[in-house]
Amino acid sequence: MTWVNDVVQGILLGGVYALLACGLALMFGVMRIINLAHGDLAVVGAYLVLVVLDHANISPFLALVPVLPVMLIAGYGLQRIVLDRALRAGVLVPLLSTFGLSIVIQNILLEKFSPDVRSLGGQAGSIATGSWSVTNAISISQIGALIVVVAIAVLGGLQLFLSRTQAGRRMRATAQDPDTAELVGVDSRAVYARATALAVAIAAVAGLFLAIRSTFYPFAGPTQLIFAFEAVVIGGMTSLWGTLAGGMILGVAQTVGGQINTQYPVLAGHIVFLAVLALRAALGRQIS
Amino acid sequence: MTQPAVVEAPRFSVERWGRTSVLAVSFAVALAVGFAFVPLLFSLNTTEKATSLLILVLLAVMWNALAGYGGLVSIGQQAFIGLGAYGTVWLCNHNWNPYRAMIVAALFCGAVAVGLSPVVLRFRGAQFAIGMWVIAEAAAILVSLDQSLGAGTGTSLIELNYYTPTQRQHDTYWLTFGITVFFLALLFVLLRSRVGSSLQAIRDDEEAAASVGVSVLRCKWILFVVAGVGCGAAGALTLANTLFIEPTSIFGVDWTAYMIFMVLVGGLGTFEGPIVGAIVLFVIQNEFGNNGVWYLVGLGGAAMAFALLAPRGVWGTLEERFGLRVMPVGYRLRRQS
Repeated sequence: MTWVNDVVQGILLGGVYALLACGLALMFGVMRIINLAHGDLAVVGAYLVLVVLDHANISPFLALVPVLPVMLIAGYGLQRIVLDRALRAGVLVPLLSTFGLSIVIQNILLEKFSPDVRSLGGQAGSIATGSWSVTNAISISQIGALIVVVAIAVLGGLQLFLSRTQAGRRMRATAQDPDTAELVGVDSRAVYARATALAVAIAAVAGLFLAIRSTFYPFAGPTQLIFAFEAVVIGGMTSLWGTLAGGMILGVAQTVGGQINTQYPVLAGHIVFLAVLALRAALGRQIS
Repeated sequence: MTQPAVVEAPRFSVERWGRTSVLAVSFAVALAVGFAFVPLLFSLNTTEKATSLLILVLLAVMWNALAGYGGLVSIGQQAFIGLGAYGTVWLCNHNWNPYRAMIVAALFCGAVAVGLSPVVLRFRGAQFAIGMWVIAEAAAILVSLDQSLGAGTGTSLIELNYYTPTQRQHDTYWLTFGITVFFLALLFVLLRSRVGSSLQAIRDDEEAAASVGVSVLRCKWILFVVAGVGCGAAGALTLANTLFIEPTSIFGVDWTAYMIFMVLVGGLGTFEGPIVGAIVLFVIQNEFGNNGVWYLVGLGGAAMAFALLAPRGVWGTLEERFGLRVMPVGYRLRRQS
């Protein structure tokens, strides 16, 4: 039964990764770039919630409400100031400039908030610690279940936005072919800015749940970026629901790996990721 | 019938060596010869600093070879740095001479690169960048699980204690010097060869290069393996220069931050740029120390600014503005009078 429990816990863990990954997948889908500062932006979201909590004695979930517009604007600015320019400069520059941004964010966070490891679990109340037991061996944590529900809601919302709204259709058109989309009157730069704003705001949601479920510190971003990217790749790079599956596969790999040896969880996730990449490379070679 | 007037087309000659490049190469050779005598002329402290400068040059040149010429942005070269260092420790634990161990460990890193290449060179862009990063993280975890390598707490190269401090610092310097000069010369020869023309074509436009018959994958393979050996050597030499390593720092992504900074500031895709970048980073490290936060904010910010505003770096911008070609790794046309 412990194996079943591991899989259940892995799926719950995968919720965080999926939430982190969907912003990454959105930006990759629309602009074909990977934002290497994505994990750090999630951590920024967690710290902003912390700042709100310093001023108001409210639930962290409520504290996210004023943080979201700030992150939307930050994402918009990031696109207009950095990524637009980077996109024009070729394929390497987005990677290089967002890597630089990631170092800048981490060290500013270190300067402002000290290197202490923080958690918002205490302030979130009973939901952070409560759980339902299904059987003796299997219990489902309330926060884990909430994260999975939120991840599904965010992905579903994104899916609806992309398929049903005018702005969403423009985003898909730009993703397929920005030049042709421009010909029919779509301002691709505005679309890009909207996509990045959304991605950064979703990263803040992921950051909040990361902070409640476990801990965060100024240099927590890169690890989260790696997990999010692993989820995106395992999920197939372009599909939103694939990203959810990718996050859960990664989560299960980590919990099952941790069951084999307490030092293995992260390693097991890396191995699954590399195996998927290698398999895909091998299949690609057969086709071509 | 009158003969149509023949307008003589301007004649061009293709040349590789100009007056500047003859001067520059002579200067470079002289500088290299001068550098060989550093331990005899300066204190141990200076020798140690010169060693770390040469290691920075080596790292910058290797990362530039990958990204600048092969279009391979790797965030995981610290995998080779760490394996080079830990490979040396492992060999020394098995009674090898430490200096011989360093060279063998670097070659082992080349073998690892050969092993990884069929898979990782199929990755594109961000997949390669983060794929390499994951490999570095996985290597760090594997090493930190090994008790004989000091596990997570780190290890030192005690075998070097059999040498006197002077002898150790001198030998380390000369090995570093030899390896750095070797790789600079190798890259110089490589860039001037047929492969070099292919590499410079890939740098400028990978798809166009492939369409005129450049074997892109083979060129990338050469660079990846060379950079594996070079970064492995840099790791082994860092161990010899600092004597102590731990998995989190030797496999740390900070190495990539430094490499990106040096190459972007100096000039991505130029022969001389990374050397300039290494000197800039060396001066910054020595002037401002590693006084933490704002220093790193500055490094990251500068890397960003150069990537966005001056993607050819200090050296590339100078080359462009003044038509400089200092090291003769390319060709230029000269109009004959």
